[in-house]
Amino acid sequence: MITVSDLTKRYARHTAVDHVSFEVQKGQIVGFLGPNGAGKTTTMRMLTCFLPPTSGMATVAGFDVLEQPFEVKKRIGYLPEMPPLYPEMRTAEYLSFVGSLKGLSGAELNKRVEYVLERCSVADVRDKLLGKLSKGYRQRVGLAQAIIHNPDVLILDEPTSGLDPKQINETRDLIKSLAGDHTIILSTHILPEVEQTCQYVLIINKGRLVAKDSVNNLQNRARGAESLLVEVAGRNGEVDSATVQRRLEQISGVTRVVFKEKVQNRSAFEIESRKDAFVRGDLARAIVESGWDLNELRPTAVSLEEIFLQLTGEPAPVPADEAVVAGAN
Amino acid sequence: MRNIWVIFQKELRSYFVSPVAYLLLAMFAIIFGFFFWNSLGYFVYIGMQSQMRGQSMPMNVNEELIRPLLSNISVVGLFLIPMITMRLFAEEKRTGTIELLVTSPVRDLEVILGKWLAAVALYSGMLLLTALNFAFIFKYGHPDWKPLVIGYLGLLLQAGALLAIGTFISTLTKNQIIAGGATFGVCLLLWVLEWVSGYETSTWAKVLSYMSVITHFESFAKGLLATKDAIYYVSVIFLGLFLTARSMESLRWRS
Repeated sequence: MITVSDLTKRYARHTAVDHVSFEVQKGQIVGFLGPNGAGKTTTMRMLTCFLPPTSGMATVAGFDVLEQPFEVKKRIGYLPEMPPLYPEMRTAEYLSFVGSLKGLSGAELNKRVEYVLERCSVADVRDKLLGKLSKGYRQRVGLAQAIIHNPDVLILDEPTSGLDPKQINETRDLIKSLAGDHTIILSTHILPEVEQTCQYVLIINKGRLVAKDSVNNLQNRARGAESLLVEVAGRNGEVDSATVQRRLEQISGVTRVVFKEKVQNRSAFEIESRKDAFVRGDLARAIVESGWDLNELRPTAVSLEEIFLQLTGEPAPVPADEAVVAGAN
Repeated sequence: MRNIWVIFQKELRSYFVSPVAYLLLAMFAIIFGFFFWNSLGYFVYIGMQSQMRGQSMPMNVNEELIRPLLSNISVVGLFLIPMITMRLFAEEKRTGTIELLVTSPVRDLEVILGKWLAAVALYSGMLLLTALNFAFIFKYGHPDWKPLVIGYLGLLLQAGALLAIGTFISTLTKNQIIAGGATFGVCLLLWVLEWVSGYETSTWAKVLSYMSVITHFESFAKGLLATKDAIYYVSVIFLGLFLTARSMESLRWRS
């Protein structure tokens, strides 16, 4: 559906996008991940024919962005980082205006306006001024305008930025539900978002594509060993962390036991084991048979954050407020 | 063609949902109403005096009332035109809605024409209000209507030219105030350039005076449809819209 080869955008002093190539199949949701200023928006703007590439080629639905921009624009729905809303317009009026810009008219236009109003749950604000809508509604109206002409491809630039946790979840669900009908590229600098919404991920850093793979593959690739978190409590009173640690290290398959913390009579450990050894049963039995309580036993999945770190060699760019949101999910 | 209409409707509506259109219409009506009342009073006063002196030279309504009033409208227009055009593109750039227009299957020229025509339509509405005043003259006198129509055609052409320049200036900035201020400066300059012809007759004075929008209005005010003046206005319209198109195109290469 989308083919990008050696796409490059050079400005006077720096190269914003440097020989990026990728393909997106029909119906996929692809996450475009990278720190701020990595070239995500520039790449998306080239796909939407807003910016012409310096060199390289990009086709959308078989049409070249430079040669046939008109055909491309008809097939793309675009939500820029700042939803392009006219504050003095009312929701339904605005959607109708965007619909006619995209070439809809008459009964079909009315039908589509009603449809997207329902689809993006903005029907209750249809007669409100856009300038008075809350951030969450503005974002959803932005999505509604992107899908009004039922485009093959949806390009969403940071669709959840600036929303509160509840709105983020609603928006993610909405995007996921759109995947069946549209091919979606969404950009974000929030890692959990990619894990939750996307099937494929493109990681871009300083204008270069550093990884492209499915989310599962990337996670598996980074996970050489399984790691578990175990919390042990003494039955009647204190438990000696050192004793517990020694006991846990004896279990076959366990490669490393790291003492994490001790709160009152509970001690927490992080345990790494070989990937093929399923040590959870043995762990549980050993703890219980030693007369301790097993409070918690859970795998700590390797997140995209660590992959991101490995690939870019930079700290994962999760701002504090969004990190809290990620933890809450 | 349909796209021009879509953009035109949207622009015109946004003039009228904000106070801009009402403010401009009211200001223009009041200012011109005053001019009209003032000129009419003066015209009647002169008429009475010449009658008392026993002069039998009839006074010409067209020459002595309508012609100076038409020139007045054209000058008042210079001051209000920046307020019509300043938001056209500057506002779209500031709020980011320009991205919507540029990524929609619409040609740049259609966007530009839609916006410019909406500005011209608003100005025409303002002119229509001034025409109400002239209707009174027709009730109580017998002026020739043809020079008046040609005068209005001239006003429209002049406004079209200045609006095209204003539209161009609006594409250069995100700030409405800057767009409005710069447009006002250019409008004023195009007005006062004519003054040099008052004392200078050299070539450069002729060139400067030719560039002035006021120079070319004189024939229209007299009720003459002079081709060379009409051509001047039409060329400025083309130039303004052409520059707008170039500027809009360069937006993509720059941003």
